Amino acid sequence: MLEIKNLRVAIEGKEILKGINLTVNKGEIHAIMGPNGSGKSTLAQVLAGRDEYEILEGEILFEGKNLIEMAPEVRAREGVFLAFQYPIEIPGVSNTNLLKNALNEIRKYRGLEPLDAMEFLTLVKSKMPIVEMRQELLSRSVNEAFSGGEKKKNEIFQMAVLEPKLAILDETDSGLDIDALRVVANGVNSIKTNDNAFIVVTHYQRLLDYIIPDFVHVLQNGKIIKSGTKELALELEEKGYDWLKEIEEELATK
Amino acid sequence: MNSNELLKNWYVTNFKTFEDNLNGESKSKFHQVRKDALSKFRELDFPTLKDEDWRYTNISPMLNYNFRQPARVKIKNEQIEKFLFDKKDFITLVFVNGYYDETLSSIPKEVKGLTIKNLSTAIKENFNITEKYLARFALYNTNIFTALSTAFLKEGAFILVEKNSVIEKPIQILYVTATGENVITNPRNLFVVEENAQVKIVEIHKSLEENLNFTNTVTEVIVDNNAVVEHIKLQDENLRSFHVSRLEVDLEKSSNYSSYNVSIGAAISRNDSNARFNDEGGECTLNGLYLTQGEQLVDNHTMIDHAKPHCNSHELYKGVMNDKSRAVFNGKVLVRKDAQKTNAFQENKNILLSEEAIVDTKPQLEIFADDVKCSHGATIGQLSKDALFYLRSRGFGEEFARTTLIYAFASDVVHSISIPEVRDRLEAMLAEKLLKQKETVSLITE
Repeated sequence: MLEIKNLRVAIEGKEILKGINLTVNKGEIHAIMGPNGSGKSTLAQVLAGRDEYEILEGEILFEGKNLIEMAPEVRAREGVFLAFQYPIEIPGVSNTNLLKNALNEIRKYRGLEPLDAMEFLTLVKSKMPIVEMRQELLSRSVNEAFSGGEKKKNEIFQMAVLEPKLAILDETDSGLDIDALRVVANGVNSIKTNDNAFIVVTHYQRLLDYIIPDFVHVLQNGKIIKSGTKELALELEEKGYDWLKEIEEELATK
Repeated sequence: MNSNELLKNWYVTNFKTFEDNLNGESKSKFHQVRKDALSKFRELDFPTLKDEDWRYTNISPMLNYNFRQPARVKIKNEQIEKFLFDKKDFITLVFVNGYYDETLSSIPKEVKGLTIKNLSTAIKENFNITEKYLARFALYNTNIFTALSTAFLKEGAFILVEKNSVIEKPIQILYVTATGENVITNPRNLFVVEENAQVKIVEIHKSLEENLNFTNTVTEVIVDNNAVVEHIKLQDENLRSFHVSRLEVDLEKSSNYSSYNVSIGAAISRNDSNARFNDEGGECTLNGLYLTQGEQLVDNHTMIDHAKPHCNSHELYKGVMNDKSRAVFNGKVLVRKDAQKTNAFQENKNILLSEEAIVDTKPQLEIFADDVKCSHGATIGQLSKDALFYLRSRGFGEEFARTTLIYAFASDVVHSISIPEVRDRLEAMLAEKLLKQKETVSLITE
């Protein structure tokens, strides 16, 4: 579904990603772990199409299509979704308005009829229990005066409604208490099918107790320095990120 | 004789004709006020950029015309229907070219506690009230436009809401200019809302045709103890016209006045909106929205005078400027020495949609009391890149994301209007306006 080949990315002249290779197939959950500043969020933002980043080299193929050349909205319509680390507040645009328009833009792109008000409402209602979304949040402005937990839940809720093929969760667990974390993780698990895929970017292993990854990749200093299965996350938790420096040094000497 | 004098002479000469047409009314006591205003008008000069209050607003294009007194014209209901809200749900006053039109208006036979009529009739029939309030708040000795308005004061809306009366139906006042090029109208409003009374008023200024006209309007509002007034003003005149407007609000004890001042039309428009707390416990909201395009100029000057303690004022003015248009905001808040426990909040936010649009914004707080909460802020910016990216990452096209954000920014101002029909109409109008601007919207450079 997603193929990243030797991706090198810079922002303001500084190279952040220094040759990422990653393949994600449908039905898979990939976790990307790493310390602050390792480039995790950059990778997530680049996949979603943030244009401040400069692609120096490499390729990103999504279902065989060149993702780099697509505008952010085209990526969304193709089925890429980013759950933001810091969801943006948009005063004056209600959650319902955002979702309805987003959904219908995506449907239009795929040659489907737009949903009418009733169909849309039915769909939204059916998705609300997934993240225990409160009804009143729907009519409120997007993320405005939401608590940190509500914002993260709202991202997952949008994901549930928009049903992307590939979802990227950018530190969705950061700042969440254990109850909210469970709600978010349960949401993700119930959205997960054999046809979609997830990239879960996280600093901590804790989230991966609830969202079980098929693969774990460790990102350090702009490179994936180690890949493995879910056990790698536990090992990393145990040994700490200092352990990575040792691996990095080892790789460098080779 | 310079052009300033020539122009003033033009109006002075016109005054004689105006006076002749007043018939018996020129012998009334109020006519002395007109004459006094005319003499003040002769003494004053039209403002230039050298006047502090006009330093960003060049009105010289307005001074190139000898605006004539309007003719009475007859228009059909169908021509103005679209400007009005459903007459079944509103009490309706219609003025065409400044003259009251009884057939187009719709006033129920009797609404308990409400007196509503043409001001010129009220000057005769409600002498005590007009004597007490008319031209008492909008002082004409320092403002040439108010002096002009007062000299030619005749028609307009007179609304008196008696003590303890709550007027359920909102009142709409339509001022429409019809045929005639280079015509001046001086719509004059007097709203007196007595103790514990409530009323909602919508004032609409429109042009039927593309003639270059000048509207010079003055409104005085008296909000007595515990009274509540909501006042919406929509200025949507044609883009060749000039609009000068002055609002004076007197807030008495524990009274509550909210204004929504929406400026969309006119080549040059200037609004002076002034409110004064003359007793304790008052609440005043001054909200404004301006959308400009082409070479339009809109200038909003507001002044909230906290003369007494324990009063709250909230002010939110927002603007969206496109093309080479220009906006001026000058918001003064005066907290006098005795006005302890004052809360005064003011915000002016602007979005510039083109590199050539200009806004001059000046919040002005003068605080002489020490136990107060006051804040002000002004922002001028483009759309938030983060918000644009967020919407696009959800599937919104770039253009659609922009218009969505601009609409959200602008509609915020009218969102708290309590008359659903008015709020919905304004929101729909904004949506339409902003979609029309779609092509230029995409020219925003970041």
